[in-house]
This record gives sequence, structure tokens and C-alpha cells, in this order.
Amino acid sequence: MKFFTPKIGVAIALAAAVSLGLSACGSSAKTDTAASSSEFPTANGGEVNLYNWTNYIDPEQLKAFTAETGIKVNLDTFDSNETLLAKLQAGATGYDVIVPSDYMVAQMVSLGLLENVGVASFPNGKNIDPNFMDVYWDKGRQYSAPYMYGTTGIAVNTSNAAANKIASWKDFFAADSATSVDVLKDQTEVVSAALRATGVAAADLCTVDKSKYAAAQKLLEGFKPKVIDSDGGIERMVKESSMVRMAWNGSVHRMGVDNPKIKYVFPSEGLNFWADNLAIAKGAPNLDNAKIFINWMLSPKQGAVATNFTGYANAVLGSGDLLDPAIKADPAINASPENAKLATPTPNCPTEARDLYTEVFTSWTSSQ
Amino acid sequence: MTLDLSLPTAHDDSKAPGKTSKWLAAVPLAFLSFTVGIPLIIIFVYSFLARPSMGVGVIWKLDLTHYVKIFVQDKLDGTRSFDTRYLKVIWNSFFYSGLTTVGTMVLAIPVALWIATRDPRKRILLVFLVTLPFWTSILIRTYAIRQLLDEKGVLGKIATTLGFSDNFQILYTPTSTIIGLVYTFLPFMILPIYASAERFDFRFAEAGFDLGARKMTVLFRIVLPQIAPGIIAGIALVFIPGLGSFLQPDMLGGGKTNMIANVVANNYGQARNWPFGSALSVLLCLITLLATLMISLAARKRKEAKV
Repeated sequence: MKFFTPKIGVAIALAAAVSLGLSACGSSAKTDTAASSSEFPTANGGEVNLYNWTNYIDPEQLKAFTAETGIKVNLDTFDSNETLLAKLQAGATGYDVIVPSDYMVAQMVSLGLLENVGVASFPNGKNIDPNFMDVYWDKGRQYSAPYMYGTTGIAVNTSNAAANKIASWKDFFAADSATSVDVLKDQTEVVSAALRATGVAAADLCTVDKSKYAAAQKLLEGFKPKVIDSDGGIERMVKESSMVRMAWNGSVHRMGVDNPKIKYVFPSEGLNFWADNLAIAKGAPNLDNAKIFINWMLSPKQGAVATNFTGYANAVLGSGDLLDPAIKADPAINASPENAKLATPTPNCPTEARDLYTEVFTSWTSSQ
Repeated sequence: MTLDLSLPTAHDDSKAPGKTSKWLAAVPLAFLSFTVGIPLIIIFVYSFLARPSMGVGVIWKLDLTHYVKIFVQDKLDGTRSFDTRYLKVIWNSFFYSGLTTVGTMVLAIPVALWIATRDPRKRILLVFLVTLPFWTSILIRTYAIRQLLDEKGVLGKIATTLGFSDNFQILYTPTSTIIGLVYTFLPFMILPIYASAERFDFRFAEAGFDLGARKMTVLFRIVLPQIAPGIIAGIALVFIPGLGSFLQPDMLGGGKTNMIANVVANNYGQARNWPFGSALSVLLCLITLLATLMISLAARKRKEAKV
């Protein structure tokens, strides 16, 4: 038993212990890696290609991302959803994160142009406002994360008693012409608001029940706005040419800056929102970095930075407290939870329902 | 006004003085058939196609209902009836374009005659002034008119000082649409009339006065018949494009004076009904063609009467 000298015995024991310990370490390290690849990747340098709307993200924010993660961001810009779609359909490769609007996400999912990365299960997926989770274009947020959104509500001048009383679409459409009401020349907004005012639920805005549209048409018959126009009408409200207006929240924020008497009303029946989304293009060359980028953008701090730059609202829980004071104080953009709940996606109706919208809108405009 | 598509005949001797090679026209003709012809064909084809059940565009299936839809309304209560809404829009287009033509004519004839009777050097400057608006985009000029007509703008302030501020509302009324249209199309009426008037020998007018004719008689029996070709050209340049106006009714009319182009725009946009928008466009083309034919017929009659 020459071999088993106490010295050797100790050495073996030590070696065994060390190797056991090592293998324990090794196995635990291994399970860690396995878990994170099925859950979430860690930053490991490289780059990510972002294809975004023009002037829609703070360049400083991208620098901060690179500083924190070591991932370089290459930014390219587009000017419309259709441009984005055409690029991807033409087989453009090299884009990782793209920013399609609501209806375009739906179209891209159906065309198989987006990666299903399970955004809701990202570490920061829990920060997505529940109101923005089950949207029609991405139920349960598999493909996309909310970026910026805006609502179409009512701007009122509080110095006008009649205008100040308006709290719903019903009030809005009933406002007499002396109050000088302006409305957007937008068939979807006008007809969906009239449907809401006559008691149609948000989920039912693409109904094909003609009697519902007949009721909306009846409501609109008496509605003679001063102006039906397709631009923001900011100036008319600021100069008080009009006291009430169907308006986008972003433009009401700007109205309020020049004329503090103007406030934004969230109609009690609910209102429409549009939303842009962060999604990952199919075959993205830097899939992991794209996930890391989207997850990073879903943190309250980065949500706030994005809103401070664009002036639009975000759907990241907890970002409200971190906003610039001017935006934070404006309920049009930093909506209270109760008001935010009133917003539902702008209906993107199939042809059959859309034709009924057209019918109501055409009848209404030709009776003006 | 109509595009002459016939190529020169084989006898053409391009070497003869005053004759040109037929190939001179080849490039412009190719360009025009590409930029005018092909889109027209696309619109024509689209107007007979069906729509997808979701999204935009057309599907390759024959659908003839779009033309019917212009005249027949499927009401929300399930009944069908004759549809006057689109006819009203077409009528609006004719009415506003016609009124614009008359308005520009009334303003342009005196201006054109006045310029034509200045000494030649001044004329150049004055014609240059007429074309000055073209230096700025029509969109910007329309925004400027909006500022001018706004009840809280320049005109509104003048009205307030004069004491009739109550109910002062020109902007976003049909009147404002017409003001905008007349303003936009005025140079297109002045220039051809001036071109005619410049060639008119004003000694004929003098002779008329010498023979004891009164001012109105000279104007209507001597001057106007001589500048009629310019007036007809002006009508063609104002009335026909006027039918397809979009910007003025949209931006100045407050969206309440719809012309056909506005309805077409909505069908291509929010309504997502490209075939119906195309059918309306085809109708607009036919109406325009009819108007062009009428104007050129009037021009020919005048020529024949002269001969």
C-alpha cells in the first residue's frame, strides 16, 4: 500500500474535493447558461440595427445604451409604415429592431415578417401597461413591445362655460353651433366616436350590425361643426376661433403651452389610440442584441427618456414619475390610470364594417 | 387642348424649311404616355376590380358594382334608393369651377387689356408680376390666405374695427373656397387673354370711337371678339383643372364644400376603397373630356363663323 501514503491520500482527497467543487461549479454554470438562453440573453458586445421613424428616438439615449451594454446601435430611418413594409418585403436583411404602427404589426405578423420572441416574458415585460397587453395586432405581446402612443380625444377651452361641461362624445356631438366646435376630417375617428356615443362597446367598434350605424348616423345628423379639417387645428384653438375640438393629445399639449385655458378631455365612453411598437424583423442578424435593446427600452427610465424626447406617451409602467415636469404635469400625455384605461386601439375594421363607416361619413359630410 | 397623337405622315420632308423631324416628338410622347397614359390605364382597370376583405388594394376579380354604387345607395335601414350624394359632389365641382371661371374672367379681362395697352417695356414687368405667385408653393399660399381670411386674422381685425365683428365668418365657408380658387387660377386666365390682347391692334378700337361708338359697344363688338381666342384658352386652363381642385375646398372650405377630388381622396385613404375611388376618377375624366370637347367645339364654331 505504498500508494496510500498519507500525503498522497491527502492529495487525492484534495483533488477529489477540488474536482467535485469544480464540477459543481461547472454544472451550475452550465445550467445558468442554459436557463438564460431560454430566458434572456446577456449583453456581449456586437451591434444592433435599429430601423425607426425619422427623429423618433433621442440620439443620447442610443449612446447611453451603448455605454451600458457595449452594443453599438446603427440607426436607419423611414417615413411611413408602407415604406417599412416594402423594404422588408423586398427582402431587406440586416434590420434587427423595427418600429411598425399597430395595424402594420398585424399585417407583418400575418405575412410572417416578424420574429416571435415572446416579448411579454422578457424581464421587463412586466412593465408593459396591462392596457397595452392584449391589443388586436399582437395578443399577449408575443412579437412587439409598445413604444409611443397617442389618443384622439377632445380639446376644450375651459373659459367657455358650455365647452367646459363637455365630458363625453355624447356631449361633444350635442354641442350647439354657438360653441364653435371643430372636428377632424377623419372617417374612422368621427364614426367610431359617434358609435361610442350611441352605446357601442369598444370591442364592438367593427360591428356589421347596420342598426348600430343607423343610430350613429342619427346622432351625427344634428352635428354641424364649424370646421372639418385634416390638420391639427392647434392655431384655431390657441386663438380661440374654436372652443371645442376633436384633437390628438400631442397637439392639445402644444395648444396648452400657448393657451393654458385649453385642456384635454378623455371622453367617458372611451377613445381611440394609435401605437407604434418595437418589433424584431424575421431573420434579424443580431437577434439577442435586439431582444436586449427592446428589454432595455421597457425600463421605466428609458420609457421616460423616450417620452421626453418625442412628446408622446409611452406604455411603460412606472415611467410617469421620471418625466420632465412639463410633460409630467400634462394629463393629456401623462394620463392617469383611469383615463389611460379609457383608451382602446383605433379600430382597424374589415372591408364590410369599413364600408358602413364610409356610408355614415359620406352621408354626414354631404349634409353639411 | 386635346392631345394630338397622330404622327406626321410619311410625306413629311424634314429637310424642307419650317418642317421638323417627327422624331422630335418621340421623347415627349413617350414621356407623356408613361406619366399620363399608364396611370390612367391603371385607374381604369382598378375601377372594375374587387377589394380584399381586409387591408388596402384590389384583388384580380371582376366587380362591376362600383359604377352602380355612384348612383344607388344601400341605406342603413336595408333599403336601396337613388343616390344623390355623389351627384351633388359632381354638381359642386361644376358649380365651383364654373364660378371660378367667371370670377377669374371678370378680373382678368380688364387687367389683361390694361397690361396690353402699356408701353412694351412696362408690359414685360407687368407680366412678370402676374407670374410672381408661382414663386411660392401653392400649399404655402393657401395657408397664407387662411391667415388672411381667419376671423381672428387680418380681415377679421379690419371687420372688428369697422364694427361688424359679430358673425364675421368667411374662412371655412363656400365663399372662402371660391376666393381661394379665383386667387389660384387668376394668372392662368390673365396670361392667355393678355397674349391675345397684345396682338390686338388698338387702332381698331380708336376707329370705333371715331365712328361714334360708345365705350361698351367698342368693348363688346370690337375688343372682345378679337381677344376671344385668349378667353377660350383661359376658360380651358381654369375650368378644366378647376374641376379637380382638392386643396381649396379642403383647406379653406372647412371640409364642408366637397368637390369630387376630396371624395376620391377619402376613398383612396380612410375608406380604403380603391376601386370606388377609381370609378369616381374615371367619371371625373369623362366629365373633363366632355368639358374639353365643349370648349374646343366652341372654339371651332367661332373659327368657322369667322371664315
